Amino acid sequence: MGKQAKIMKSLDKISSNSILRSGLYLATIFFFVAIILIPTVLGIALKWNLLSTVFENPDLLSRAMNAVGASFAIAAFVSVIDLIAGVPTAWFIARGKSRWLNVLDTLCDLPFIIPTVALGYSLLLFWDSPLGVAGLFGGSLLSPGWLLIILLHFVFSFPVVVRVMVGALLDYKYVYEEAARTLGAHPVTADRTVTFPILKPSLVGSFVLAFARSLSETGATIVVAGTFETGVVFISNMNTPENQAIYGQGPLVFASLLLLLIAVIIFGVIQLFGTRLKIPIKHISRSFEKKASGKKVVRLRDGATLFTLFFLILLPALFVAVTALPAIQDGTLGNALSGSVDQTGKYNWGAYWQSLLVSYFVGFAATIVNVVAGLPMAILIARNRMGKQLSSVLDALVNIPIIVPSVALGVSLRLFWANFPFVPELLLIIMAHISITYPYFVKSLAAAIMRVDPEVENAARILGARPFGVFRTIILPMVKYSFFAGAIIMFTRSISETGATVAVISPTSSLLTVPVLLVQWIRPLLPSGTTTAVGVSSAVGLGCGFLILFSILILLVLRLMMRGKGRY
Amino acid sequence: MPNVKVVNVSKTFGDGKIVAVDNVSLEIYDKEYFSLIGPSGCGKTTLLRLIAGLIPMDKGAIYIDNVLVNNMPPEEREIGFVFQTYALFPHMNVWENVTYGPHIKAWEEKKASALGRETLEMVKLYGRSEAFPNELSGGMMQRVAVARALAAGAKLLLLDEPLGALDAKIRNELRYDIRRLVKDLGLTAIHVTHDQAEAMAISDRIAVMRKGRILQVGTPYDLYMNPQHLFVANFIGESNFLEGHIVDVQQDFTTVRLRGGVTVDACNAKARKKDERVVLVIRPEAFTMQKGWKKTANGITGTIKRVSFEGTTTRYEVYLKTEETVIVTRPSLAEQPLPVNEKVTLTFQPEKSHIFPYPLLGLMEELKSE
Ligand SMILES: Nc1ncnc2c1ncn2[C@@H]1O[C@H](COP(=O)(O)OP(=O)(O)O)[C@@H](O)[C@H]1O
Ligand SMILES: [Mg+2]
Repeated sequence: MGKQAKIMKSLDKISSNSILRSGLYLATIFFFVAIILIPTVLGIALKWNLLSTVFENPDLLSRAMNAVGASFAIAAFVSVIDLIAGVPTAWFIARGKSRWLNVLDTLCDLPFIIPTVALGYSLLLFWDSPLGVAGLFGGSLLSPGWLLIILLHFVFSFPVVVRVMVGALLDYKYVYEEAARTLGAHPVTADRTVTFPILKPSLVGSFVLAFARSLSETGATIVVAGTFETGVVFISNMNTPENQAIYGQGPLVFASLLLLLIAVIIFGVIQLFGTRLKIPIKHISRSFEKKASGKKVVRLRDGATLFTLFFLILLPALFVAVTALPAIQDGTLGNALSGSVDQTGKYNWGAYWQSLLVSYFVGFAATIVNVVAGLPMAILIARNRMGKQLSSVLDALVNIPIIVPSVALGVSLRLFWANFPFVPELLLIIMAHISITYPYFVKSLAAAIMRVDPEVENAARILGARPFGVFRTIILPMVKYSFFAGAIIMFTRSISETGATVAVISPTSSLLTVPVLLVQWIRPLLPSGTTTAVGVSSAVGLGCGFLILFSILILLVLRLMMRGKGRY
Repeated sequence: MPNVKVVNVSKTFGDGKIVAVDNVSLEIYDKEYFSLIGPSGCGKTTLLRLIAGLIPMDKGAIYIDNVLVNNMPPEEREIGFVFQTYALFPHMNVWENVTYGPHIKAWEEKKASALGRETLEMVKLYGRSEAFPNELSGGMMQRVAVARALAAGAKLLLLDEPLGALDAKIRNELRYDIRRLVKDLGLTAIHVTHDQAEAMAISDRIAVMRKGRILQVGTPYDLYMNPQHLFVANFIGESNFLEGHIVDVQQDFTTVRLRGGVTVDACNAKARKKDERVVLVIRPEAFTMQKGWKKTANGITGTIKRVSFEGTTTRYEVYLKTEETVIVTRPSLAEQPLPVNEKVTLTFQPEKSHIFPYPLLGLMEELKSE
């Protein structure tokens, strides 16, 4: 017996002890509350006494309300669009046979891996500068504003839906759909009446994740917002030194709390009614659904899916890499590869490479910690291990780190961890990333575990498997794709995280993650004040390009490792 | 009302590396209860799924009710498919599962309810309409799956090891229930199983498959009495295989020399040549057994090595002079049982035996299930 097998065996054995098991679940809850929940909300929650400054100022109040309202409108719209575009994409990837789908699948993760500021900048270049598609339309197709915000949010929340749904579809038992077909259902009818209802937990889960992500994203939204204010734009506008001097932190706290409260209520309602919601079986129109299932329509759908993926998502998101092309001639590439500082002194490539290492290290560390800490939480939620009420409450609370706007999150985390000055900065960054990425894994995995028939577990128990053994040998293999999907989302989210990381490190720190460094590089290029044109720099293009390239490689390698055990 | 015609159908998987169905032709008659049997992995499920239209074929043609269905999607074939795992929709209760077909096909609500009730009563589960699949036993799930297929108006019922997941007793009861249902409703059924006893018990005709090919099609009686293939002789019922060479081919019988210099007369085998290496096949119950080593016509002497009482019959393992061991079964009530180590002489009627040319790859290889 190998060493690993021995460890597994002894873990199996230990897991039979019900006291230890309860202890594990309690520890999981403690970890969640102490490491994830409290640090993320404490900062803003403690300052509720500042709210009076907002209530005393009707103009400010209505401005904040409007901004928060816009946030919810955009989030709702974007998440619906995400499902409409993301589910067919996931379908295409999960059901196809070609090996190239692994590449397509990886490409779908990219918008999630690009630092949000770089993403916003990339979209500006694509839609609003002569370099991009806007060049065909006289230089500017879309100026900053709500439409560009929607496009941006679509780009970065789309991967969540695809990732969760590809995992769900691969774990899904296709035989249900076949059964429906033999009973007379056209493919579209079978999807509507059988596949979607069975996959509902994942659909709802990915909707919630996309919604929450759209609500809270700050870095990129500021870049493309122009004068339009959403909740997070309002918060960061209020976070400037001038406004801080006038209003203090009241508006920031008010908007954050409002976003948080409304979101928690909305998600609570989704939780309650979403799972009870029944999609009617009754025929919509048989001939319509037959037509919609036809080869032509399916091809059209696949075409539209791929078009959307490439032209609305991938191209705009990756467009920043195009600006790296001049780097070959202008010496930037040489600087980059030798790790030196360029003539202007603006771009320090030595620092760039270091930040890249820090980012990947932090990403892996946070992912591993959360896999270990998130697993029992997912089981706890999916299987009501400590009562149904507690599970529902935890399920709702788990979303919080995604909902809290990242600026507010950063402020909160900084406040919390400031109490522990002995914690090294690198650990601080990892802690912040653990808080932020935790929900993605737990959500994705819990939804998958809910789909596994509990009877299977009982069967294994009766056959003599210990609780951990049941999980290891029965449940995990059945949800492995969702498990993997959750881990990928965490990793990519960590690589791109900007706002909160900026907030937790000290302003003078030399320990930067790659997004934080890229923010410093990109800031000067953004339109501000009197300049409305977007600046271009081959160094920024190259910096983003390397990050994208290495991330693709890492993701591909991870997929190939999974492939030995099945698709991916 | 439908008959099914399968013409030269092939299906491969894994870029042609796995030949699951190899140039199969088959006709299933209207209102017939037809079984496809063969060892696991021989391509039964694949053939059934091809007929259902769940997977596309590589080449060939399939006709249902004399209509070419190669390009017809499964939902238009008017079939019912009972999956090995039943595939009951977990998010619907029994009633919703069973009325799924009628609702999807937009039949009138009245008709849908009537059908749901009728089919559920047929399988005696109307009382469990509100139950969800995870609240049912295996046998119940199986019956719901059948009811669901019938309620959708299936004229052709395709059953993929429908009893495979059930315990022996329920399996024996349900197999007659399914056959009765099919016969009462005048349906055509294709039943896939690896259990030859099950197929023998309920089928009008059986096709025996191996390695993607159909070896023989016939009534249970046919297959048992006249196996055309060594594999069939072994797979349907039980057989003894003795190696030998042809000594002489006569009009009515063939003389075969077995190992150890034993010579016997067997069935007529005009296609065989003198000195050809052959396998002589004799069913366990085709032997008669006498005490003592006798010099009788068509006798082979041997010693009883093991006796097991099996109720109706007693089963003997006899080690022959040919240095081969054979199985002999004798009726328990009609004959006094013989003890172990008893010296015996086995005889058989020539026409109750079968002669096959010795297989190229050897006897073991030929009989192997994989
Ligand atoms: N979807 C598939 N992909 C690859 N190989 C398959 C697939 N379905 C069946 N096979 C292979 O085809 C052969 C026949 O399988 P199957 O029809 O399921 O056999 P049976 O039902 O007789 O046990 C087996 O070797 C099996 O591994
Ligand atoms: Mg099979």
